[in-house]
Amino acid sequence: MTAALEVAVARRIGEFDLDVAFTVESGIAVLFGPSGAGKSLTLSLIAGLIRPDTGTVLINGRTVTDCARRIHVSTQDRRIGMVFQDGVLLPHRSVLDNVALAVRQGGGRRERRAIARSWLERVGAEGLADRRPGSLSGGQRQRAALARGLAGEPALVLLDEPLSALDSAVRAELRQLIREVIVSSGVPAVLVTHDAEEAEEIGDEIIVYDDGRVVGRRSVERPTPPRTRGNAPPESGVSP
Amino acid sequence: MKRKVSPAWSLGGKQKVAVIVVAVLAGFGLGFEVAHLFGGSIAYWGVVSGPFLLTLRVALPATLLAGVAGIASGYVLAKGRFPGRNLLETVGSLPIILPPTVIGYYLLEALSPGTPVGGFVTRVVGHELVYNVTGCIICSTVAAYPFCLRAARASIEGVDPRIEQAARTMGLPSWRVALVVTLPLARRGIAAGLTIGCARALGEYGATLMVGGDINGKTRTLSLAILDSFTTPERNAMLLILVLMGITAMTGVGLLGRTRT
Repeated sequence: MTAALEVAVARRIGEFDLDVAFTVESGIAVLFGPSGAGKSLTLSLIAGLIRPDTGTVLINGRTVTDCARRIHVSTQDRRIGMVFQDGVLLPHRSVLDNVALAVRQGGGRRERRAIARSWLERVGAEGLADRRPGSLSGGQRQRAALARGLAGEPALVLLDEPLSALDSAVRAELRQLIREVIVSSGVPAVLVTHDAEEAEEIGDEIIVYDDGRVVGRRSVERPTPPRTRGNAPPESGVSP
Repeated sequence: MKRKVSPAWSLGGKQKVAVIVVAVLAGFGLGFEVAHLFGGSIAYWGVVSGPFLLTLRVALPATLLAGVAGIASGYVLAKGRFPGRNLLETVGSLPIILPPTVIGYYLLEALSPGTPVGGFVTRVVGHELVYNVTGCIICSTVAAYPFCLRAARASIEGVDPRIEQAARTMGLPSWRVALVVTLPLARRGIAAGLTIGCARALGEYGATLMVGGDINGKTRTLSLAILDSFTTPERNAMLLILVLMGITAMTGVGLLGRTRT
């Protein structure tokens, strides 16, 4: 079975030295560690927003970065979805436009907007379609960002501390939503957090970071498999 | 929470253009009427309308050309990573600091059929570029360009790069990121540059005098006509028209530059 993500990259920025290697077979992998450990930098390298000094990145078996062979597929061609810490929605477009612009599937504008509406419904944000991002609360913004991240049928979803800017009540609610929606969509995901509770609740496996290195890795034990819809991947697909 | 939206933003694109046209015409009409009141029953129309319409015929295409060139080159300078970017901007900004006569001299060298460069350019273009409206448009374009360039570069550089990165993760190619994200978010600065560029094009004098030749009925714009009629009563109408046209046009464009609040 082809791994959803294979990462082996090194990048030096000033005094900080990142050198990590890991594989995600399927499900939700959490990069967990203290601030400044290199977790978000790793996401940027996977997304192609930053180039590594050396190394390779493969998404679904497709090489998107290979420094030795001078391969660097541009971000827009990596077929990824990304959820940023504070949403980073396009401030001059409606929520529906934000999601519809991310829909890569063919068809006309009406069809893309219909797909976008269905994703907003799945994240419980159907009432926000015509709102501008500036008028949304933090939780609403992240719901819209989650819909946007998944609407393009990506091969991989990257979530960069999506809940860290929210208060605890909203955080608890969105943890459950993020896990449910990602698992039901069947898209593998990598989530960055420094919150241990969040890592346990959302992730299928936890990759522990410290000072630019992977220092540990373990699977999350779940007593009962989560409810799945559609083409959800089996929970047992997680690598040790 | 109910949002407050600037009235100008509820207008469509054509309506916005109509606002500017009405603002300019209102300034013209107001200036003409006020001048008429103060000046008695002198028939200004024949004296004033020619230079006024010629000024619009010169300034509007010049603003359009300078705007397109300024936005395009401002984008390249803001986003490109190549040596000499600042030098290019300095060269592009020279019309701001050089005396208009110097600009006029170089334009004459570049456009006159009698010079080696101008002769070549004239042959390539297929018709003469001096002492006609085309020459006036070129002068106004050169005068307006640096304002459009500098404003476009600064406002494009001011767009949060994380929003552009987010757009790329949505699968948008670079050209769509520019059109859908960067330029709309930089619109206020770009609009400010276009406004100042338009004002500069409307008032262009020195280079237009040298390249256009101040030919009555052919290249005599309002700025040139004011000096020519300085001892006649018509000057009042022309001065008022320019002042009021400037005020109404700036007000109209300022309204359109407002963002949602």
